[in-house]
Amino acid sequence: MKYLKQALILAAVTFAAEAVKFVVPLPVPASIYGLVMLFLLLKSGILKLEQVADVGGVLLELMPLLLVSPSVSFLTALDSIQGMLLPVVIMGFVGTVVVMAATGWTAQMLIRWREKKHE
Amino acid sequence: MSEFFSSCSYFGFFLSLGTFQLAKTINRKAGKEICNPLLFATVCCCVLLLATGTGYEVYYENGGRVLDFLLTPATICLAIPLYRQFTLIKKNTAAVLAGCLAGVVAHMLGCALMLAVFQLDAAEFATLLPKSITTAIGKSLSEELGGYPAITMACIMLTGLFGAVAAPSLLRIFRVKEPLAQGLAIGTASHAAGTSRAVEMGDVQGAASSLAIVVAGLLTVVFAPLFAGLAG
Repeated sequence: MKYLKQALILAAVTFAAEAVKFVVPLPVPASIYGLVMLFLLLKSGILKLEQVADVGGVLLELMPLLLVSPSVSFLTALDSIQGMLLPVVIMGFVGTVVVMAATGWTAQMLIRWREKKHE
Repeated sequence: MSEFFSSCSYFGFFLSLGTFQLAKTINRKAGKEICNPLLFATVCCCVLLLATGTGYEVYYENGGRVLDFLLTPATICLAIPLYRQFTLIKKNTAAVLAGCLAGVVAHMLGCALMLAVFQLDAAEFATLLPKSITTAIGKSLSEELGGYPAITMACIMLTGLFGAVAAPSLLRIFRVKEPLAQGLAIGTASHAAGTSRAVEMGDVQGAASSLAIVVAGLLTVVFAPLFAGLAG
C-alpha cells in the first residue's frame, strides 16, 4: 500500500500545481509550481522524504523515457521550421554548447574561489 | 498502416518503450554507451511514423500521451534531489546565480549574433530567444514576444535532446568537474530534458540542474523582452 499512498501524494501535488497554474496568469508551467511546492512541503517537514521517495525515485529514473513523446512532437514543426532552419540548428547545437560552457565555467570558478577562501 | 496503428491504443506506448529498451540492450551488449536511449527512441519513432505516413496525433493518442502525462509529476519530483542537496546549494548561492546568469546572457548574445548574421526579422528573433528554457515557459514567452511558438517548441526539443545526449562529453571537454557546476550548466543550457541526464550523473548534478531550470527560466523571462528590442 505504500506505493499507492506515495502515488496519491504526488498526484495531489501535481493536481494542486495545475490548480495554481489555472489561477495565476503567468507563463509558468504547472511542473515548476509543483516542483517549488513539493520542495517547500519537504523543507517545512509537512512531508517526510520517505513519503514520496520510492515512487518519486521511479519517476525520476523514467524521465528520459517520458521525454520521448515530446521529442517526437518535433515532427509537427517540420514544415514551419524550414524557413529558419539554419539559425534554429545553429542555436540548437552551437548555442547549447556555448551556454553550457559559460554557465559551467562561471559556476566552477566561483565554487573553487569560495572553497579557497574557506581553507 | 496509419489506420491499423490508430486502432491499437498501446501502439505509441509500446513503440516508445520498445525502442528505448532496445537502445539500452545495444549498450549493454556493446559494453559502453554507443547509442543514447532517448535519441535512439525518438529517431526510431519519427522514422517509423514518417515511413508509414502516420501522423504524430496517432502516436500521441495511442500511448504517447501516457508518457506526457507522467512527465509533469516526474519534473515535480526533481524537488527530491533539490531537497537532499539544499545545504550544498545554499552555501553556493553566488555560484548558482552567477552561473545561470552567465548562461542566459551568453544565450541572448548568441541569438543577437544570429540576428546580425541571418538578418532575422523581429518575429524570427523572438522565436529563438526562449529556446534554452523549459517548454511551457518558452512557448508562452515566444507568444508574448511575437515569435512563432511552434518553431520555438521544436528548437527547445532539439536543444534538450542534444543536451541530454552530449552533456557528459561536453562537460569533459570543457573540464567542468565540479558536480554542482556540471548540474547548473546542464539545467541552464538544456532544461528538463538535459536534467534527466544530470539525474543519472549524480544527486548533486540532478539537484543543481533542477534548480537551474527554474533560475534560468526566470532570468530569461526578465531579460528576453530587453533583448527583443534589438530586432526591427
